[in-house]
Amino acid sequence: MRLRWPSLKPYLLIAPQTLILLTFLIVPIGMIAVVSFWEFNGYAMSPALSWANYASIFTSRVYLATYLNTFKFAAIVWAVTLVIAYPIAYFLAFEIRSLRWQVFWFVLCTIPFFTSNIIRMIAWIPFLGREGLLNQLLLSLGLIQEPLEILLFSDFAVILALVHLYVLFMIVPIFNSLMRIDRQLITAAQDAGAAGWQVLREIILPLSAPGVAIGSIFVVTMVMGEFTTIRLMSGGQASAVGYAIRNQIGSLQYPLAAANAVILLVVTLTLVFGILRTVDLRQEL
Amino acid sequence: MTPKRSLSFYILATFFGLFLLFLYGPIAAMMLLSLQGPEGSLTFPMQGWSFHWLQAVFQPQRVGEFVSPFWRSLTLGLVIMGVSVVVSVLAGLGFRQRFRGAQGVFYLAIASLIVPSILVSLGIGLFFERLGWSVQWYNSALGGHLTWTLPFAFLIMVGVFNRFNPVYEAAARDLGASDFQTFWQVVLPLIAPNLIGVAMLSFTLSYDEFNRTSLISGEHNTLPLEIFGMTTNVTSPAIYALGTLTTVFSFVVVGGAIALWRWSDRRQSES
Repeated sequence: MRLRWPSLKPYLLIAPQTLILLTFLIVPIGMIAVVSFWEFNGYAMSPALSWANYASIFTSRVYLATYLNTFKFAAIVWAVTLVIAYPIAYFLAFEIRSLRWQVFWFVLCTIPFFTSNIIRMIAWIPFLGREGLLNQLLLSLGLIQEPLEILLFSDFAVILALVHLYVLFMIVPIFNSLMRIDRQLITAAQDAGAAGWQVLREIILPLSAPGVAIGSIFVVTMVMGEFTTIRLMSGGQASAVGYAIRNQIGSLQYPLAAANAVILLVVTLTLVFGILRTVDLRQEL
Repeated sequence: MTPKRSLSFYILATFFGLFLLFLYGPIAAMMLLSLQGPEGSLTFPMQGWSFHWLQAVFQPQRVGEFVSPFWRSLTLGLVIMGVSVVVSVLAGLGFRQRFRGAQGVFYLAIASLIVPSILVSLGIGLFFERLGWSVQWYNSALGGHLTWTLPFAFLIMVGVFNRFNPVYEAAARDLGASDFQTFWQVVLPLIAPNLIGVAMLSFTLSYDEFNRTSLISGEHNTLPLEIFGMTTNVTSPAIYALGTLTTVFSFVVVGGAIALWRWSDRRQSES
């Protein structure tokens, strides 16, 4: 049997991308899975088939607390980004009527996301520090007598920075699905006597659900794997799985870090599949 | 006549304004503080005005040096940009036909986006160690960056080709053009404005990437890694100055891409 060009063509075209992702994503993750069963004797790792790394994680209360804390960050950041992103996307999609201005405001929202995350975290220092603007404001309003220490290097700072970094990943998919809603549907509903909130509840919310789902996947997975923001904004005080893995790598405990990474991956994928059950991704492009 | 604005417009517009303040406020404050005099500190009020700190960035520092990490990040970003554009256009073209395994290719790209970044870093590190290769910004970090930029580029290209009107290609073929000619003379000019977007996105994602690079850049840091190292031990506006400069650089890149896009868009609608 001869392979003909037309049937071979798509495979050749997708080959470079697939090879790159296999080499730098799938094989490395396979390595992590293998190493997670290895042993660590205090200074080096050696090949083995040991469940000890997993056992030590599942029996430790510290890890349980770390995971719970990670879920807490993910849940709060998810909720806050959704509450901010939906009205913003709605405003851009429905309240701005000229395409020109729509593009302008949308681009204005996206520009900060093309700059460095590290810098965008550092930029909070003038606001949150002990002598920062927020403390000065609260002091001058008489709301507090002493400057608050907890503004910077706290869970609050972590969540604020994460929302600041990731809110766009919620806005774009919601905006995208709002823009696809056929405007005639809304006109028809209004002609049939639907009130504003009814249009929102019966038409706009259900039709934008896929956008919400995609945004949620982005935000939740990014927060679940976070370590930089948590390290920087909590001053190293908050705990999260990604940060724990980072620290274990720092002390060369690769097998333990690998076991943690496998668990983190399984947890993250479970969350994603849970969200994916509600939408068909390919229709959204 | 446009109908009168409703109350919800004003409420949402206020909210939107506050949101923009939230987005840009910290960056603006950082930029202002980087213009302080030599006595400047990390917080307001401003201690005089000068370019002292901005100039200091270009001098060798106590805590590190930023000129060569910048060139490294720039080079890496440009390479990533080229690879991402070419590879994602090929994959996007391949994806227009139905073929067995298409679903798998699609989910591989999605997986690459949603896998926690630290797994990419750790995995590539372990992989290189097994092979006995040393990790460097131009091999392992390059791979790590591609796992982040390629899926975005690919998803955009799939979206672009979903909306692409096949009539143009059919016309070219009817006139006797080969596959390659059709692509080069018909398809490529039509998707060119989208490619500018993909190129800019790939470059900036790579230029600012930290998480997937942090463990695998080898002994020579990329710029974000150098900046992160600085956060732990610098307490002067020098760090704001560095932030200001890289942010301005990013703005220039984005602005340039937008200008280029508008230009190519206009040229297309004229011809």
